[in-house]
Amino acid sequence: MSLNRDQINSIAHLARLSLTEAEVPVYQDSLSKIVDLVGQLDAAPTAGVEPMAHPLPGLAQRMRPDVVTEKDQHELYQRNAPQVEAALYLVPKVIE
Amino acid sequence: MHTSTLAELARKLRAKEFSVTELTKTLLKRIETSQPKLNAFISVTGEQALERAAAADAAFAAGKAGPLTGLPLAHKDIFCTRGVKTSCGSRMLDNFVSPYDATVVEKLEAAGMVTLGKTNMDEFAMGSSNETSWYGPVRNPWDPKLVPGGSSGGSAAAVAARVAPVATATDTGGSIRQPASLCGVTGIKPTYGRVSRYGMIAFASSLDQGGLISQTAEDAALVLQAMAGFDPRDSTSVDTPVPNYVAGLDAPLAGLKIGLIKEFFDKGLDASVEKCIREALVVYEKLGAKLVEVKLPALPLSVPTYYVVAPAECSSNLARFDGVRYGHRAKDPKDLMDLYKRSRGEGFGAEVKRRIMTGTYVLSAGYYDAYYLKAQRVRQLINQDFKRAFGEVDVLMGPTAPDVAFEIGAKASDPIQMYLNDIYTIGANLAGVPAMSIPCGFVRELPVGLQICGPHFGESKLLNVAHAYQKETDWHRRMPAAYEPEVLS
Repeated sequence: MSLNRDQINSIAHLARLSLTEAEVPVYQDSLSKIVDLVGQLDAAPTAGVEPMAHPLPGLAQRMRPDVVTEKDQHELYQRNAPQVEAALYLVPKVIE
Repeated sequence: MHTSTLAELARKLRAKEFSVTELTKTLLKRIETSQPKLNAFISVTGEQALERAAAADAAFAAGKAGPLTGLPLAHKDIFCTRGVKTSCGSRMLDNFVSPYDATVVEKLEAAGMVTLGKTNMDEFAMGSSNETSWYGPVRNPWDPKLVPGGSSGGSAAAVAARVAPVATATDTGGSIRQPASLCGVTGIKPTYGRVSRYGMIAFASSLDQGGLISQTAEDAALVLQAMAGFDPRDSTSVDTPVPNYVAGLDAPLAGLKIGLIKEFFDKGLDASVEKCIREALVVYEKLGAKLVEVKLPALPLSVPTYYVVAPAECSSNLARFDGVRYGHRAKDPKDLMDLYKRSRGEGFGAEVKRRIMTGTYVLSAGYYDAYYLKAQRVRQLINQDFKRAFGEVDVLMGPTAPDVAFEIGAKASDPIQMYLNDIYTIGANLAGVPAMSIPCGFVRELPVGLQICGPHFGESKLLNVAHAYQKETDWHRRMPAAYEPEVLS
């Protein structure tokens, strides 16, 4: 199966990735090959097989008491932020 | 002192043959001198290392040293280290200084170990050759034209070149075992959930597992003892007691049933690599083990299964890199969409983008059932194969990789060829079972790894089985000649 330019551009948009013009045919080629590779799964007999999402089945996700366990360290965390003002993360204007 | 194993270093420090500070300085110097050749490190934390070494020397003087006090190690740059750049091999996190420590880092520091630095890796652990790192490829200490394997290539190269006695690593589809095999060192991927994933940057959350690379199984036992265990901060961490790995090392192997995975010896395996593996199996027979062939019929589907499951989870996990809260941000975005797209487009390298897009595709509307759900069902078949096999045998054995190390650039342009490097390792991740790779010989003067795989939480048996082999052979003591002198030129 081969993916066309539009499909690659649409996947890139869904994934929020900008691609250069030169990158599009490269991903067209390699993603088509990957889709062919995973196409091998079609032949596997899986009727009635329970999908496996977790390698240790039967292990339930733990619950914890609903109490505060972290202290406010926003200043520390925001040191890694590209743009912060008054403890808020800044992004380009969203609403005109 | 640089050629000593961790266990030997511990004895020598106790015998006061040298101090922790002397040891740390020697290794820091080796790291510095080897760096232009190997590129095994992204960050070297010399100053902090010397401070911790002084504290360890003080602990020895006060008679308060534990089994790991003063022993040096390197961390794969996927583990968050407080106050130190944690890049995950990506331009996206080139400016990221972690505000906290991963549980693994915290535990090993609490045990008194001395962190020398952070090792190079494939970007976000996606790669089998270390060529996808933003910081350039790591080179194989056995031959600088060759790849060290990946994604934990920096950790494997550092241990192989004896610039660090042990290094942490992670394994999502073979990222501990394959580089261990290609560099001639010992690597262990524990059972899923055995080692905390807290602070270990996520790639594919149902497959990722932290472990380590060392010279010997004995060293792996020493360090895993301190790394493993329940962590309430990781929701998939398993609350099962950690056995005494060191105490189990010397159990006799008489009567051990070893299953040879038939599918691994079928096709695609280099004939000389196969010969090495068969010779290793003879050693086990001499130790009293019994060999039986086992079939895992769904296992040949592990590569296609993995290339649905892992990219799907990766595309979700890496959605967090948005150019807003941390990480790379594109200059002068015209709107929020442009900020997201360009920050991610510039911050991620080619292979990471390929996996994000593959994951986005297989999860997208109309394709979810055909790809993702189908892959989860095949994953179940592979899991059942392992379960059935461990009903018949104690451990499974086979090659770790289909061939020895290949040249830098040889497979970089063909992702499918690259993905097939992990053909023998991916199954253990899909089933969540523990697996090791240990050196078992040389082909064309390059190391070959034997893979040993056990049932869930069978680390003790794996380490025992690996240690028994290492008592009979010296492949694990071989090191690249260029790195033999203590002072490197």
